Amino acid sequence: MPTPSSSLRHRGLGFKLALFILTSTTIIFAAAGAYNYYCTRQIILKNVRESVRNLAHASVQRMETIFAGVGRIPTFLAFNLDESFPDMDELKEFLRDFLHAVPEVYGTTVAFEPYAFDAQERFFAPYYFKEKNGLGFTMLGGEDYDYFLQDWYLIPRELKKPMWSEPYYDEGGGNILMTTLSIPFYRNAGKAFSGVVTADISLDWLKSLVAKISVYQSGYAFLLSKNGVFVAHPEKRYLMRESIFSLAEAMDSLELRDIGKAMVQGQEGYARLPEAFTGKPAWVYYIPVPSTGWSMGIIMPEKELLADLHILSREILTIALAGFALLFAVIAAISIRITKPLRALAEKTSEIAKGNLDVDLPTATGGDEVGELSRSFHDMRNALKDYIANLTETTKAKERMESELKIAKNIQMSFLPKRFPPFPDIGRFDLHAALEPAREVGGDLYDFFLLDDSHLFFSVGDVSGKGVPAALFMAVSKTLVKGNAEPGMDPADILTKVNTELCVDNEQLLFVTMFCAILDFTTGELVFSNAGHNPPVLMRADGGADFLEVPRGLFLGVMEDSAYRTGRITMRPGEALVVYTDGVTEAMNEAEELYSSERLLALLRTATDKSAVALTGTVMESVITYEGDAPQADDITVLALTYKG
Amino acid sequence: MSVVSPLRPGHLAGLLIALLGLLAAPCPPAAAQELKKAVLIPQWEPQAQFAGYYVALAKGFYRQRGVDMTILRGGPKSPPSRLLAEGRATFGTFFLATALRLRSEGLPLVNICQIVRRSSLLLIARKDGGIREPRDLDGRKVSMWGPEFRLQQETFFRDCGVRVIPRPQGFTVDLFLRGGVDAVSGMLYNEYHTILNTGLDPDELTVFSMDEHGLSFPEDGIYCLEKTWREDPDLCRAVAEASLEGWRWAFANPDKALDIVMSHVNAANLPTNRMHQKWMLARMQDIISPQGVAAAPGSLSRAEYDAVVTAMSRANILADSPPYEAFYADPFK
Repeated sequence: MPTPSSSLRHRGLGFKLALFILTSTTIIFAAAGAYNYYCTRQIILKNVRESVRNLAHASVQRMETIFAGVGRIPTFLAFNLDESFPDMDELKEFLRDFLHAVPEVYGTTVAFEPYAFDAQERFFAPYYFKEKNGLGFTMLGGEDYDYFLQDWYLIPRELKKPMWSEPYYDEGGGNILMTTLSIPFYRNAGKAFSGVVTADISLDWLKSLVAKISVYQSGYAFLLSKNGVFVAHPEKRYLMRESIFSLAEAMDSLELRDIGKAMVQGQEGYARLPEAFTGKPAWVYYIPVPSTGWSMGIIMPEKELLADLHILSREILTIALAGFALLFAVIAAISIRITKPLRALAEKTSEIAKGNLDVDLPTATGGDEVGELSRSFHDMRNALKDYIANLTETTKAKERMESELKIAKNIQMSFLPKRFPPFPDIGRFDLHAALEPAREVGGDLYDFFLLDDSHLFFSVGDVSGKGVPAALFMAVSKTLVKGNAEPGMDPADILTKVNTELCVDNEQLLFVTMFCAILDFTTGELVFSNAGHNPPVLMRADGGADFLEVPRGLFLGVMEDSAYRTGRITMRPGEALVVYTDGVTEAMNEAEELYSSERLLALLRTATDKSAVALTGTVMESVITYEGDAPQADDITVLALTYKG
Repeated sequence: MSVVSPLRPGHLAGLLIALLGLLAAPCPPAAAQELKKAVLIPQWEPQAQFAGYYVALAKGFYRQRGVDMTILRGGPKSPPSRLLAEGRATFGTFFLATALRLRSEGLPLVNICQIVRRSSLLLIARKDGGIREPRDLDGRKVSMWGPEFRLQQETFFRDCGVRVIPRPQGFTVDLFLRGGVDAVSGMLYNEYHTILNTGLDPDELTVFSMDEHGLSFPEDGIYCLEKTWREDPDLCRAVAEASLEGWRWAFANPDKALDIVMSHVNAANLPTNRMHQKWMLARMQDIISPQGVAAAPGSLSRAEYDAVVTAMSRANILADSPPYEAFYADPFK
């Protein structure tokens, strides 16, 4: 599977360029955009805070005016009741007039302490309230409605001060959701609490009052009682039942609880609401409503506060996207322009790589890097072309030379007797020879021929140097030996003659080592002479093998007056002579160790088949195996003669 | 939000299935004989304090036992004592102390099932009012309910050697919240949570638990008149069994039990909310099946009975007391 980086690596230059530039640009733009959004948002929220603060203050001001209006007449009545109690009719008329005069008030009563108004009556509280058609009237109190324990009565009584009640459902009284303002009154110069004058406000009415405060599109205001209970809220089911704290508990939101605490403690502030409160991000500005001890909150959905910002952000985003598209197009155009000649160049060079040097390279137009590259390729192609032409010439010459060398080798090899067995009708000895040239043309030689009916001449030589000069020198040496060898001659005489002739005009200073011998195969007598050649190995019939002791003599072709001596032995039937060149003993293996004469001796001592063919084969094979992969350094020549008697 | 309308389609469907189930199920007592009519009056407004009875009614536990139960709406206007005396109710719930006082005053009440084993009555004060220990209450205004609901507090004051200025306590804790009294009586399951949900944190409050001060009077129990018990012990047993099953179900399914409670709350237009009722139900579980109490549900032991009688007699608010056997009728015996 290609990894992302590897797949990226295989993308074109244009793609990479576009990717990196667009990514960097996106990061820069996103960072700048986010910062801009954040700052603008802070500024907007700060400005909103100012304007909603003004709205809140104005709204509370209006509400305070209304509450003050609600409280004015009951306060006046309570003040009068401190002086004296009117009769029942007068009281009822006063209450009726109050309800007519102040439309905001839903119901009103004067509730007296037990037996305070009428010594016979424990409960005395005439209550007027608004009905569909005019006013309703009832006397509050009784076993079913112990108003002394109602908050609207009990709390002002205990606290001795006017009080707005928590919202409640006045069952048995007004039978609606309401809140009650209660103003206590006293007798005996303000000492004896005697009852309360009340004014009820319907929560429905309050709700409609608060609903008039509109903020943005879906913002709204709400009122919390001193206990944090909803007195006015667009959600009707919140009224009286839920408090900001019960909502906080239900949402498990400490933030909302903290906002609620600040509100019931009469603080003013601005806070972000937990999202669960309205179901979306929103802000609340809260402010106390002093006359009632309540708190008003104004809720503004964040989305609307930030609507302009969001529109602006969208526009900026659109512009940015268009910009990106343009940028992309520009990058694409540039990269295509840059990479087009490169692509063409790449195609052409792949042609060149295949060996087609005659392709037309695109002409370099610009002076930029691509143009330069194009020109370099042009030069390289021309250089390559010249080089290859040159190489072809050289190769042709070399081939010609090699073929000539091959011919030379053939000629050289043709000098050597190659017919084996050489004398099939003579059974007294067995002779075999092999030559493995190191190069095409070698410097080793061997030869053998019959001098008369009973004498066999044979020789093995090694010309210094290799190649054509050595081969020619070898040919000369061989010819001279053959020319000088005559029946009845001593091998030392032959070598002396050949040496003298070779020394004439030997400007090349080539020389040749040689072992030559004459075998009288009727008697087994072997006479031999040696010109600086390796001593042959004499294998006895009992399996022993030793170097033949040869007379010392300098190699041929160096000194005119070199003297050569003759050695002689008598070969017994079953004995064999192995003559070889230094190509055998100085053969090197891969570790550059010499084959050595000892190894040769050891090899021949273990040889069982003593026929000439087997012996040459054994030695040849052993040396070639020993050399292994090491290059063959010198010609290898082995000649074996087995005397049968 | 937190208030759940009782008429959600899901509920209707549930009700329908329940009704069908009732029709389909073989119902031996109902089939064999006429359902016996009975009326239960709880001692206060509908709330989770009575969840078990509302659940037993809604889930048909009464009906399954051959009782055609009606639960009247309680509240200050319907004291169970009056309704039982007038024969408008067959069963009512009372605190043990209240029942004892009523019996000594001549209402022949018999306890057939003691539901609440523990007292959750507290005295609650504000720490910033300087009240941290019981002796700080000396000379302070403390609001308390009527006589049988103040016995424990008065015993507590006597035990702690403090004299307080008793003030009447209405139906809310607003007098306390407005600073009209220094300490207020309240139930852990009700008033305490109400106070927390006016923005006061637990660490701002000092709470004296009557239970922790060794004044743990068993509270809500189911009562009937002696005559009812004598004439129809089977009915009493059925009501006790069904009520206990109702409580078990309510604790096992608090959310559904709250739905049932809230439907009664909403019908009564009460200034309370689901979170409050949730709290109340959880606290009811603490005192109805307290951990580590092995007493059989519904039972009232002689020791529990004697403790309350002794405390009341010592406080001179109990003229005479019936023997345990006469007062507690164990319908399961």
